[in-house]
Amino acid sequence: MTARRISSHGAGRSIAFTFDGQALSGAEGDTIASALLAAGVRVVGRSFKYHRPRGIVGAGAEEPNAIVDVTLSGKTTPNVRATTEPLVDGMSVRSVNASPTAATDRAGILDRFASFIPAGFYYKTFLWPDWHLFEPRIRAMAGLGRLDRSHEPAAESPAINARCDVLVVGAGPAGLAAARALARNGESVVMVDDQDAPGGSLRHRHADIDGMPGVDWAEAIVAQLRAAGHTVLSRTTAFGVYDHGLVLLWQRRTGLPDALWQVRARRIVVAAGAIERPLVFPDNDQPGVMSAEAALVYLKRFGVLVSQRIVVATNNDKAYGVAAALHEAGAWVMIADTRPRGAVAPHAGVEVIHEATIDRVSGAQGVSSVTVSGRSIKADCLLTSGGFTPTVHLFCQAKGRLRLDETIAGFVPGDPVAGMAVAGAANGAFSLSRALAEGHATARGASEAPRASSPDDSYAIAAVWPAPRGKARQWIDLQNDVTVKDVALAARENFRSVEHLKRYTTLGMATDQGKTSNMNGLAAMAAITGRTIEETGTTTYRPPFVPVPFTVVAGRRRGEFFNPVKRLALENQHRAAGAVFREYGGWLRPGWYGKGKPADEIAREARQARETVGILDGSPLGKIEVIGPQAGAVVDYNSYQTLATLKPGRIRYGFMLTESGVIYDDGVVSKVADDHYVVSCSSGHVGGVVLRLEEWRQDRFDRRQVMVHNSTPEWATLTATGPRSRDLVAMLALGVDLSDEALPHMGFADGGFSGGPARVSRVSFTGDRSYEVSVPTGKALALHLAMMEAGRALDAVLLGSEALLLLRAEKGYIIAGKDTDGTTMPQDLGITGPRDRRAGEFVGKRSLFTENALRDDRQQGVGLTVADGEPPLPTGAHAVETRGGARRSIGFVTSSYQSPVLGRPVALALVERGLSRMGETIEFVHLGATRRATIAPVCAFDPEGTRIHG
Amino acid sequence: MQLFPCPFCGPRDETEFQFATEAGKALPEPAGDVSADRWAAYLYLKDNPKGVTREVWLHSTCGEFFLMERDTVTHAVIGSRAMGGEA
Ligand SMILES: [Zn+2]
Repeated sequence: MTARRISSHGAGRSIAFTFDGQALSGAEGDTIASALLAAGVRVVGRSFKYHRPRGIVGAGAEEPNAIVDVTLSGKTTPNVRATTEPLVDGMSVRSVNASPTAATDRAGILDRFASFIPAGFYYKTFLWPDWHLFEPRIRAMAGLGRLDRSHEPAAESPAINARCDVLVVGAGPAGLAAARALARNGESVVMVDDQDAPGGSLRHRHADIDGMPGVDWAEAIVAQLRAAGHTVLSRTTAFGVYDHGLVLLWQRRTGLPDALWQVRARRIVVAAGAIERPLVFPDNDQPGVMSAEAALVYLKRFGVLVSQRIVVATNNDKAYGVAAALHEAGAWVMIADTRPRGAVAPHAGVEVIHEATIDRVSGAQGVSSVTVSGRSIKADCLLTSGGFTPTVHLFCQAKGRLRLDETIAGFVPGDPVAGMAVAGAANGAFSLSRALAEGHATARGASEAPRASSPDDSYAIAAVWPAPRGKARQWIDLQNDVTVKDVALAARENFRSVEHLKRYTTLGMATDQGKTSNMNGLAAMAAITGRTIEETGTTTYRPPFVPVPFTVVAGRRRGEFFNPVKRLALENQHRAAGAVFREYGGWLRPGWYGKGKPADEIAREARQARETVGILDGSPLGKIEVIGPQAGAVVDYNSYQTLATLKPGRIRYGFMLTESGVIYDDGVVSKVADDHYVVSCSSGHVGGVVLRLEEWRQDRFDRRQVMVHNSTPEWATLTATGPRSRDLVAMLALGVDLSDEALPHMGFADGGFSGGPARVSRVSFTGDRSYEVSVPTGKALALHLAMMEAGRALDAVLLGSEALLLLRAEKGYIIAGKDTDGTTMPQDLGITGPRDRRAGEFVGKRSLFTENALRDDRQQGVGLTVADGEPPLPTGAHAVETRGGARRSIGFVTSSYQSPVLGRPVALALVERGLSRMGETIEFVHLGATRRATIAPVCAFDPEGTRIHG
Repeated sequence: MQLFPCPFCGPRDETEFQFATEAGKALPEPAGDVSADRWAAYLYLKDNPKGVTREVWLHSTCGEFFLMERDTVTHAVIGSRAMGGEA
C-alpha cells in the first residue's frame, strides 16, 4: 500500500521503533497502528486459524487484526491492540500468530488446507481416540501473543472508588452535550472517553458548534467541567456495568500504572458512539481492505493517507465524505456504491459506480486491484462501509433489550433501562444535530442546547448483508477466521440460534468480541435460515467491553496482599532466633528454628521439649471474652460439654458443634466469674467462633445481657511446656502461687508482669506439664526477654509449630478440621457423655440422634502403628477394604509423624468402625503403593497421663 | 457489585456481608420432640424463591445480623431492618 504521511500535517517529533525486527520510525502522537501504516507496513499479523496475512482494518477498540506483542524496557506485554496503543520511543513490536515474521509466516501453508478445517472441525475430528493426544500441538499453533514468563507485572494498579450523580461514557458530541447540561443542572459528573483527547467523531469529521470548531468546543467543555470540579478521564474505557449502578473503568495513565475505577453513579449516560461494519465479499480479508471511517481517522488525526489509489465501497452516504477528504489529500479515489443512487453528490473528481458489486480483490499479501461490477480497477486499498453499528454494549450489560431500526440498518436500544440513558450514535442518532440534542436532553429542563453551525452529514443506507457466493471465501469474523460458509454450515447442522452459532463457529468469540462481525454474522444467519434479523436476535453482551489486563482487575490484591497473613508481635524476635516461618490458620508463625534439615530441627525441638522445657509463641490462640449475666448461658448453649458447672478459676475442654452436629472446633473455656468466660478456640477459627457466638447471642439471648468481644490481638501468649516448665515460669516472678494445689492442671491464676496484668493458665497441648503466660501485647517483648533469660539456665528450647503438631499427635490430641472432617461428630471420637446424659438444649443436639448419626459404620478417630523399622504412613493415604474383589475406601490417615521420643511413626486416622477394630491390621494405599498398619488407641505416648502433672 | 443497606451502617458493598439464612425459620425444639423430617427441613430445605425474598444477613464488619427484603431476579433491595423479636 502506498501509504504516506502527508506534508500538511505538522507531524511531531520522530519516534524510533521496530516491527518484526525491522527499524522504523513514527511520529509523536501516533498509535502503533498509525505508525505502521505511515511506514508502509501492510501485513501486521497472521490470522488465528489459517495464518492468513492480515492488515490493519480499524482505528480503535474494534480492531480485529492488528494485535501485537510489545516489548519495552525488556518487558513484553502480549496481545496489545495496535490501534489503541500509543507509540513509545524504543518499542519493539512483534506480530502474533506468525513465525518468524508476519510477512513470511511458515504456518501460512495451513491456509491451503482450509477446506479441511471448517467450523466445528475440532469438535468433530479430535474426539477419537482422545483429544488430549492432539491438544499440545494444537495449543502450540494457536493462541495470539506469546507470554513473557519472566515478566510478572508488579501489583501496583490502584483501585479508585468514586461516586457521582451521572457517569457519562463517551466524550463525543452527545457525551459532551450531556455532561455540559448535567453540570449546568448542578449534578456531579464523571465523564470518560477511551481516546487521548475529547471530541469523538469531531476529531476527524469537522463541524462547527456554537460558532467554534468542534474540537475547540470539546476542549472548552472539558475545561469548564474540570474547573467546576467534575472529573473527566481520557484514555479510560468503561468496560462493565454491574448491579446497583456500579461501572468499572480501565484507565491508562502516562508514567503511572493503569488504574481500575469503581464508580457508583446514580445515573449513567451511554454516549459510546458507533462502530463501522465492513461489507463482505470474496477475499475481503486481504491486507489493504479497511474501514472507510478508519481511513478518515488516520488522515485527520495522524496525517496518514492510507493509499494513493483507493476504491471506497459503500451502502450509505457517510463514506462520501471519506472519499472527498482522501481525494482532497491527493489520492485517486473511486466510489463503488451498492445503491442505485446516493443522497449526496460525489466530490468533484471522484467517479461513482452505482449498483456496484465487489466481485473480488486481487493481490499477493495485499490488494493490488479491485474488481467492481466486472470491471478491474487498479487500486491498492479498498475501503468499505457497510453502515454503523451502535455501541450498545453497556446498555445490554444492564439487561437492556434492543430493537432493529430499519432506517439505520442496525440494533438500537429499545425500552429504557432504569438509571440509564443512551444518546447519540450509540442510540442510532448518526447526525451531529441529533447527537447534540439527545445528549442535551439527558439533563431535564436544562438551558439552551449546543447547536451545530455546519450542515449534518447524511446517513442514508440501503442494507447489504452477507450471503453465500459459490466457492468464494467471504470473511465475517477476521480475528477468528469465520466465513459466510461457516455460518451456512452451522445452519445446516442446525446450530441456528445465535448463541449456538457463536459457539459452533467461534464467531464473535475472539478478543474483539465481534465488534465488527456480530451484526454481519447474525444477518447472514437470518438470510440463510429465512428468518428476519430481529427473529434471529443477538448474543448476550457481557463485560468486559474490551480485554482488560488481569493486573488491573486484580490491582494490589495479589501476593501478600491477596489474603494478608496475621503477624505475631514477636515476629522479629523469632526471626532473629532463626525461625523459618510458615502460615498456620492465617497466621505467620515459626514452623521451626535453625538452618539444618527441617525434619532434624523439628525432631530436636520435640525431643528437647520432652526433656527440659520448650518455649512456644501461642499468641494466635483465640481469646474471646463473653461477658454479662447471660454469658454462661451463651457459652453453654454453644458447647457440647456443659460449662455452667465450671468453678471460677477453672478451665474445661470442649467441642463447638455446627447445627448438623459436626465438630466445628475444639478448645478450652476459662471461667473468670459467673458473668465472664474466655473462649480459647483454635487460632484459625477465631473469626468463625466469634460469629457463631454472635449469631446465637443476637438470635436467642437478650443482647443487653451479654456481649462477645474478641480480645485475641490484645494479648501475647508464650507457653512453657515440659518437665522444667514450672521452674521457668517461677523465675518470671508473676506473683502467682505455682503449687499444684493452688494452680492445678486446667486451672488459671492472674498475676502481674512488668507493671501490667498477666494470666497463667495450665492447659497442655503436648501432654506435658504446661503453662500459658499471657500479657498485654505491649509487654510481649519484655516477656520474651524474661523467658529466654530464664530458659538459659534450664536448657530450654524454642518450639516451632511443626514440633508442637508432632508432640500433640503423639498424645492423640486432634486438630479440628485436620483430624476431623465435615462428617465427624463427638461420638466418632468416643466422647458420648454429653450426648447421652446432658439435659437441655445446645447447638447441634438434635443432629446427634439422626439415623445417620447413630449408624454403627461411621468413620471414627483412631491411632495407627506400623511394623518395626517402617517409615511413617503418608498423610491422606486411604484405608481400604477388599470385598468380593472390589476395593473401597473406609477412611484415611489424617496426621502422621516420626516420633523422636518413641523412635517410631505415630499416626491418626478416621476409619470406618475404627473404635471397634483395635489391634486389627488393615491396608492403606497411596499413589499406587500399599502399606499395612494396625489400629491402636489415639494416644501413643504416656497413655497414663502422668507427665501432665510431672 | 450490589449495595446492601445495613440498618446500623448504611449502604455498603456486598463483599462486607454474609448470607445467614432465609427469614422466618424458627429453630424446632426441644431436640427430643423434633421429628427427623422436621429437623431435616429446618437444616436443609430452603424456599429459594424467584422474586421477592426475605433473608437474614450478617454485616461482617459491624457484626450485626439483620433482615433484608430483596428481589432475586432484579437484585433490587426493597429494604432492611434490625432484628427484634421476629426473624
Ligand atoms: Zn453494619
